[in-house]
Amino acid sequence: MMLEVKGLAKRFGNINAVNGVDFHVAAGEAVGLVGESGSGKSTIGMLVTRLIAPTAGTIRFDGRDITALREADLRPLRAKLQIVFQDPWGALNPRMTIARALEEPLKLHTDLESSARAARLRDLAQRVHLPLASLERFPHELSGGQLQRVCIARALATQPKLIVLDEPTSSLDLSVRAGILQLLAEIRRESGVAIVFISHDLDTVELITDRVLVLYLGNVVEQGATKSIFARPAHPYTQTLLSANLPPDPDAVLKRHRVIGDTPSPIDLPPGCAFASRCPVAIPACRQARPPATALGDAHSAACIRIAEGANLLPT
Amino acid sequence: MSLLEVDELRVHFASRGMDNRLRVAHALNGVSLRVEEGEIVGLVGETGAGKSLTALALLGLLQPPAVVSAGRIRFEGRDLDPLKSDVRGTRLTLIPQSPHTSLDPLMRIGDQLVRMQREHADVPKKRAWQRARDMLAEVRIPAPDERLRAWPHELSGGLAQRVLVAMALVNRPRLVIADEPTTGLDVTVQAEVLDTLRELVRAHGMSAIIITHDLGIVAHYCDRLAVMFAGTIVEQGPTRKVFHEQRHPYTRALVASTPKRIAERGFGPVGGTPPDLYALPDGCLYRDRCVRAAAICVQPPPNVPFPGNHSALCHFAAEA
Repeated sequence: MMLEVKGLAKRFGNINAVNGVDFHVAAGEAVGLVGESGSGKSTIGMLVTRLIAPTAGTIRFDGRDITALREADLRPLRAKLQIVFQDPWGALNPRMTIARALEEPLKLHTDLESSARAARLRDLAQRVHLPLASLERFPHELSGGQLQRVCIARALATQPKLIVLDEPTSSLDLSVRAGILQLLAEIRRESGVAIVFISHDLDTVELITDRVLVLYLGNVVEQGATKSIFARPAHPYTQTLLSANLPPDPDAVLKRHRVIGDTPSPIDLPPGCAFASRCPVAIPACRQARPPATALGDAHSAACIRIAEGANLLPT
Repeated sequence: MSLLEVDELRVHFASRGMDNRLRVAHALNGVSLRVEEGEIVGLVGETGAGKSLTALALLGLLQPPAVVSAGRIRFEGRDLDPLKSDVRGTRLTLIPQSPHTSLDPLMRIGDQLVRMQREHADVPKKRAWQRARDMLAEVRIPAPDERLRAWPHELSGGLAQRVLVAMALVNRPRLVIADEPTTGLDVTVQAEVLDTLRELVRAHGMSAIIITHDLGIVAHYCDRLAVMFAGTIVEQGPTRKVFHEQRHPYTRALVASTPKRIAERGFGPVGGTPPDLYALPDGCLYRDRCVRAAAICVQPPPNVPFPGNHSALCHFAAEA
């Protein structure tokens, strides 16, 4: 396994951002983390890249336990474990040219001579379809789409085995977004890098990933093959989330499931299922204990106690 | 006569740079738009296309250095001034994008709804308070009596956005402009807010313009749609017809770049950037990005009409 996460938890003060999450990513696989704001998906991204330390649980990367590594021991690992953030404007130093920004990881993680680094820079720019002239530019001279390509190139510079992409297209315009998605597909094909793709955009996740984890208030409520989850969502939250998606097709028939109210505060969550307060099929037992994952075959599972009696499907 | 008629609206911004040279940004380059009674129109386009600027002009909120160089806006048969408005807040209102920065943090929800009414008409306080309560109930805020006394920070994003819908509708406008009304909201909440907005617009015979870059919202909530690019409306028509026929190459590119279409048909040609508003090319503004561009595109494109109140700004719009 490229990445193996067990019982992962993170508390910020009195907020339980992540509450015991298990998942794995195989070499070359693309796994999606889906959820709404406050679901803990970005926190998981920062935990598995060890930008922050977990409160509990273990993280194994490429066969090594990295849960408690010190910063000095993490450094060589960072070459193999990269992250790309949502906002490319904030992720690049405004006073560094693109070439310098891309060269930084090469200086830190490789022994390449300056001429070899320069060759690698040109190669990287070509791989992400950036005009070579943009290497000498500053971030403010490039468009958002181009800047996101720079961030992806920087993540690729050290030939990582896993890249976490945290909402990499959310701040971009539609037509620019498509170009970035196409680039990601190309990179996966050529380099075989594994991807953790964090997004609230269901259509993009369906397009990009092999497997999906659906998160709600720091818990995995459902996981499985992307095809299987989108075709047969089992958890009431997943059903609700998918039914609220608006496909860009006026002829698509919507079967909306309504829930009660907004997402509750992640402070002092009740003991049972986190979705129980909004769930139309919740029963008193749902509020008593955290529901275990119920296997649905094909590595698809959902944490809902009503699946056993077949009462998990929401009425339309 | 349509409720709203915008004809050939042109707006530019002139400013001097550090070199003291005058630079002119051509932000709106001939926007023509109709909104009929009872209709919901979607205004779509990418960043910088001029969607929000069009809304500001309709609301009379353009400020210098904005210069309206041509065009006119007629609303309910009267001319509107893009620089000031006597119908804003009453006949024509706005639902802004970010709920928590649009509400006054130092004023209770009820007081803000009361102020909205008394600012524009001589309503007794008590009646305005009662009306504020009814309005919160109309936008489906649970326990409206308690919520009247709530502060903005006590509301979730979804509830705060509902309060903004209530504020925009409390004076029973004829036309409400929703500028990215659900962009910051979660999808499950977004759908509920849009449902409420649509129900109320329909129930009271109002019209609405929904500004968005989300084609899913347009497809499911708008009767008609207008696609903006570089300060022009490149295609407009009934939603279903535009999605089916896609007469303008930009409309085709937009639809083709949605993940759903990519999943069905693979990646299509994309790329390029919008034109520099400081140095617009002659002729078609889309031609540098266009897959169909030809020599004739240096000439200004005609607005080609199609049956059913549908038109597209392209030399080749009539091609299948």
